[in-house]
Amino acid sequence: MALMSLDVINISAKTSTPPQARQGLEVAKLIDISRCIGCKACQSACMEWNDLRDEVGITEGFYTNPPDLSDQSWTLMRFNEQVIDGRLQWLILKDGCYHCQDPGCLQACPAPGAIVQYANGIVDFHQEQCIGCGYCIAGCPFNVPRLSGKDSKAYKCTLCSDRVAVGLEPACVKACPTGAIGFGSKEDMLFQAEHRLVDLVERGFAKAAVYDPKGVGGTHVVLVLPHGDRPALYGLPANPSVGPVLQAWRSGLARAAGVATMFTVLAAGILHYMRHGPLEVPPEGDQGVKP
Amino acid sequence: MSSNGSQLILRHGNGARVTHWAVAIVFTYLFLSGLALFSPFFFWLSHVLGGGVLMRFLHPVAGAALVAIFYPYAAMLVGDNKWLPNDSLWLKNASAYMMKKHPDIGETHKYNGGQKLMFWSMVPLIAVLAITGVLLWQPWFAPHFSAGARRTAGLVHSVCAFIMFVGIGVHVYAAIWTRGSIDGMIRGTVTRAWARFHHPAWERDATGKDGR
Amino acid sequence: MTNHWADIKNADVVLVMGGNPAEAHPCGFKWVIEAKLKNKARLIVVDPRFTRTAAVADKFAQLRPGTDIAFLGGVIHHLLENDLIQKEYVRSYTNAAFLLDEKFGFEDGLFTGYDEAKRSYDKATWAYQVDKDGQARIDPTLQDPNCVYQAMKRHYARYTPELVERVTGVPAAEFLEIAKLIGSTSATNRVMTSLYALGWTQHTVGSQNIRAIACIQLLLGNMGLPGGGVNALRGHSNIQGLTDLGVMSHLLPGYLGLPTEKEPDLKTYLEKRTPKAVRPGQMNYLQNMPKFFVSLLKAWYGAEATKENDFCYGWLPKNDKTYDILAAFEMMYQGKINGYFCQGFNPLASVPDKGKLTAALSKLKYLVVIDPLVTETSTFWKNAGEFNDVDPKAIQTEVFRLPAACFAEEDGSLTNSSRQLQWHWKAAEPPAEAKTDREVIAELFVALRDLYKKEGGTFPDPIVRLPWPYAKPAAPAADELAREVNGKALADIPDPKDKTKTLAKEGEQLATFAHLQADGTTSAGCWIYTGSWTQNGNQMARREAADPSGLGNAPGWAWSWPANRRILYNRASADVAGKPWDAKRKYLSWNGKKWVGPDVPDFKVDSPPEEGMSPFIMTNEGVGRLFALGGMAEGPFPEHYEPFETPLTFNPLSPKGAGKTLSNPAVRLYKGDREKMGLGKEFPFVATTYRLTEHFNFWTKHTRIAAVLQPEAFVEIGEELARLRGIGNGDKVVVKSKRGAIKAKALVTKRIHALKIEGQDVHTVGLPIHWGFEGLTKPGYLTNTLTPFIGDANIQTPEFKAFLVDVQKA
Repeated sequence: MALMSLDVINISAKTSTPPQARQGLEVAKLIDISRCIGCKACQSACMEWNDLRDEVGITEGFYTNPPDLSDQSWTLMRFNEQVIDGRLQWLILKDGCYHCQDPGCLQACPAPGAIVQYANGIVDFHQEQCIGCGYCIAGCPFNVPRLSGKDSKAYKCTLCSDRVAVGLEPACVKACPTGAIGFGSKEDMLFQAEHRLVDLVERGFAKAAVYDPKGVGGTHVVLVLPHGDRPALYGLPANPSVGPVLQAWRSGLARAAGVATMFTVLAAGILHYMRHGPLEVPPEGDQGVKP
Repeated sequence: MSSNGSQLILRHGNGARVTHWAVAIVFTYLFLSGLALFSPFFFWLSHVLGGGVLMRFLHPVAGAALVAIFYPYAAMLVGDNKWLPNDSLWLKNASAYMMKKHPDIGETHKYNGGQKLMFWSMVPLIAVLAITGVLLWQPWFAPHFSAGARRTAGLVHSVCAFIMFVGIGVHVYAAIWTRGSIDGMIRGTVTRAWARFHHPAWERDATGKDGR
Repeated sequence: MTNHWADIKNADVVLVMGGNPAEAHPCGFKWVIEAKLKNKARLIVVDPRFTRTAAVADKFAQLRPGTDIAFLGGVIHHLLENDLIQKEYVRSYTNAAFLLDEKFGFEDGLFTGYDEAKRSYDKATWAYQVDKDGQARIDPTLQDPNCVYQAMKRHYARYTPELVERVTGVPAAEFLEIAKLIGSTSATNRVMTSLYALGWTQHTVGSQNIRAIACIQLLLGNMGLPGGGVNALRGHSNIQGLTDLGVMSHLLPGYLGLPTEKEPDLKTYLEKRTPKAVRPGQMNYLQNMPKFFVSLLKAWYGAEATKENDFCYGWLPKNDKTYDILAAFEMMYQGKINGYFCQGFNPLASVPDKGKLTAALSKLKYLVVIDPLVTETSTFWKNAGEFNDVDPKAIQTEVFRLPAACFAEEDGSLTNSSRQLQWHWKAAEPPAEAKTDREVIAELFVALRDLYKKEGGTFPDPIVRLPWPYAKPAAPAADELAREVNGKALADIPDPKDKTKTLAKEGEQLATFAHLQADGTTSAGCWIYTGSWTQNGNQMARREAADPSGLGNAPGWAWSWPANRRILYNRASADVAGKPWDAKRKYLSWNGKKWVGPDVPDFKVDSPPEEGMSPFIMTNEGVGRLFALGGMAEGPFPEHYEPFETPLTFNPLSPKGAGKTLSNPAVRLYKGDREKMGLGKEFPFVATTYRLTEHFNFWTKHTRIAAVLQPEAFVEIGEELARLRGIGNGDKVVVKSKRGAIKAKALVTKRIHALKIEGQDVHTVGLPIHWGFEGLTKPGYLTNTLTPFIGDANIQTPEFKAFLVDVQKA
């Protein structure tokens, strides 16, 4: 998508505000963990639609395969055995980009236009602008983007921005056999999610909750967690946020402060020179230094 | 008082000069590319530094080069940079010096207090920049560190880079302002008068006699 | 399936046992989720390990592999003792009230009539008491000690919760929670569905596992109702079609039996195989069997088949014994079969005891493999290092590989678990030299026929005179075959109710198997498929998704056998008077003139309730059988027997039976295989094999994405076993059975725990089967290296689900 598109409302390393006129309908993917069966159809569909093929790896004693997200695996089912209140549970998290409203990756990115946010909330990487610094990885509260070993570009889930742009649901949503992954306006997804909580509470998951963390301004991938009080059980951060360190490092304010410091030093030098001129060695015998 | 003020004496040997300018060039690249990475305001610099991708690749390589060149150089200079009581005096009078009030700079040896301060700030700063740089160095090293560690490294790296910029800025300005200094680092020689004026103790040692 | 996939959503309780649909049938599993969402259904999973299905279950219990009947028997005990049965249903729609032969009995693990030498039963006493007209006697009060209900109560008295715990390892309290939930569906407004697959069939008591749930569903009144039934989840897209069309050694299409040597002529065959009603007023639908059978012969032999020549009955092969897959490989192993056509099958990986299979295949003169993929069977002779350590020089078998097209490269129909025939269209040309299976077989046939014509041979008639009426003899089209399977009128078929009308005119496609005739005036290649391609065209190609009843029937979507009926025995969804058991779950009902509802009635449509016809029209007594009469090899009631390899030395249900009743007494056991059975002393752990979502049998290891998702063989063991053997997660381990050893990575999991069985710790070892020495995944051992060469007593399905192994760190 062209960067001048009205759909782009935020852009990495920008020096001006992108067009804000368009009032986009915010979309969201809803992942209902309580009906996910870990079949990996989403992983498969992601590879199919995006023409990705990860390596045939090895088994290291886990169902999670490939072992981690990569430039070829933009979504990954993470399997996690937990005994909770004496009851064994196999928690399965469909991991990938959560499409934060305040994306840390975008804030961290130094390359203009390498990361954009659309009016519908999708955060997308434009690899042709990517310089391979990996700041997006450092900036991500969910540890999602991955650099390719082949081209040093960063990759992650696009929420199938290409499909969504033409009115289709993301490929993983299309492939999910149990309807554990839904897609629609964020408002509708939150409504559905709240509805699911009623059933979960009735089935004994008293702390079931919707995961839409406010620390990153909410996300455009929202989860229904049966153990909503403990996101860490699923491998999710409890309170993800862009964080003060990243703010201090990469926020516009920090950048301005840094540049201002630089100009101050420059100005000081120029002013000093204007006022005092160069320091010449005085002619012999006319020096102020005492012998 | 002899009239040998215009006589030239060797201040920086060939090796030292070549190394200095190598450090300067590498630093300049690091500084400019660092600026481009730091702020979109300067991202245009990437276009004259090899393009964003290559510049991003070269920045840490240049960093490694800086480490490889700077520390042997620093080892060469460390003998002349031992802090002496007189250096504190120099620092005390630094502002008067800058106002050209010709204060007493005492027994200033090859490097004055300001230069030594510069030296001793560069030694740890470059180390910190190098270490934090490794934490951010894609694709080989960064993946071994947590995102949090990398963020902190990024912040520390930036702050250090700015301190370094201030130091190097002063260094460059001082060289421009103090006439004769640049010649010394280009040709290697300074006049005895220059030496006597700025580094009297060194002038005495270098010529083996009291010139006055 | 008695019901269908979409119908699962109507259930209140879903029992998954002997299957793992979330893993093996993820698309169909959506209906379980639907039941949970829309119906507040509770999902029960009982399995040897905590599966992906268990991950979304409301109740889970881990049982020891091969003890399902102990568990289900416990459920029957619980239902009968606590009167958690649908009384009226049981009394009127099952054979609970039928009186049994007084000589029938059961003692120390054996039913009456056992012959130890033959390992089989004389089933004479497994029968009803009959009056002088041959009609069965009943006691509607269920009080007669000889009635099925009382016999059943006596039989399952031993299956107490404590015993269930001792045998299966499921704590009595957990078992009772599940039994209560199951029992809750005896209410007329609650229904349970049962979903099973190979986890029940691949046992030496496989058929009886399914009998056990059938009994439970009958007791609960859950058969014939939306959301109920006994539902086999089939493992291949068209395996239902395979059984329907009789691609089994003892069957002809439509579940008609292949004649045996004892049935030399048509008359004998039909007399022996056509059941007579044993209760008054019953439909006994299979009395029509001669119509189906003669129509089949007409479909095959056309004008050659005449009344005078027994419709070419003489051309059919007559079985002298069974030729199931185990029997065939045993014969091959003994050198009695020396040529083998292997089509769409990878037996080296899919039949038990790989060592024996390799030896058997090595004795062949030739092997023809017809498959889209490079199967391990086709390269059984090739050395693949440790994974297939054979010496090619020592193997003289000549192997021919004929590349076949895959399903997307041809037109045709697939019959799914719902008995639904869905037409599909070719999406691409087969690559290179690949041909459809139809073409491969037709070309072979034509060439063979030419040879017979030229050179003659023994009994050439069935080949030389076989009608072959296809436009392209070497490539019959899918629609030509589909029309032939449906069948047509060979003469005008008069309407028996109105002689001036016809049911079908000569040459017309038949609309229903009700129009088939036994006089040779109709043809049908598979009577249960009649109606799939009528005068109105290809019914299988229909794609009308409308579902007026909201029950998921979608009657205009494709076509279900029989007669586009979506729920079998659906007359049982209403009470004796013809009113739905549950007004909210209205399905079939009597409107005063006929049976109406959203489905095709599985009943005589105009038979009023007063006539007393019972809903199970396929049995000759009209009711569901709690007592199976002589239908089963090892007994009329399901009885727990240990798997052939068991950690126990006695059967806790029949300790006095000693070695005789430890395992299924009616199982066939070949001579050399008894010696290859392992004992608990040497092989202390119970192994079970299974499949994973990421792969489909041994096929998808050839596709990159599936290989990425599950790249390498592993063995699942519990944490206790790992500690016992000093095995860490990801370590390489050796798994040994009496028949061989394999190596794989260990996956140490909380999802399998040690069980207390009769006081001893029993560990379960889980063996996913998908890897081999061909394909894109990391090479692996074929798991059947370990499994015993033994099958179910009735249909010889191999016992892949329970055997003994040892596990050591490699």
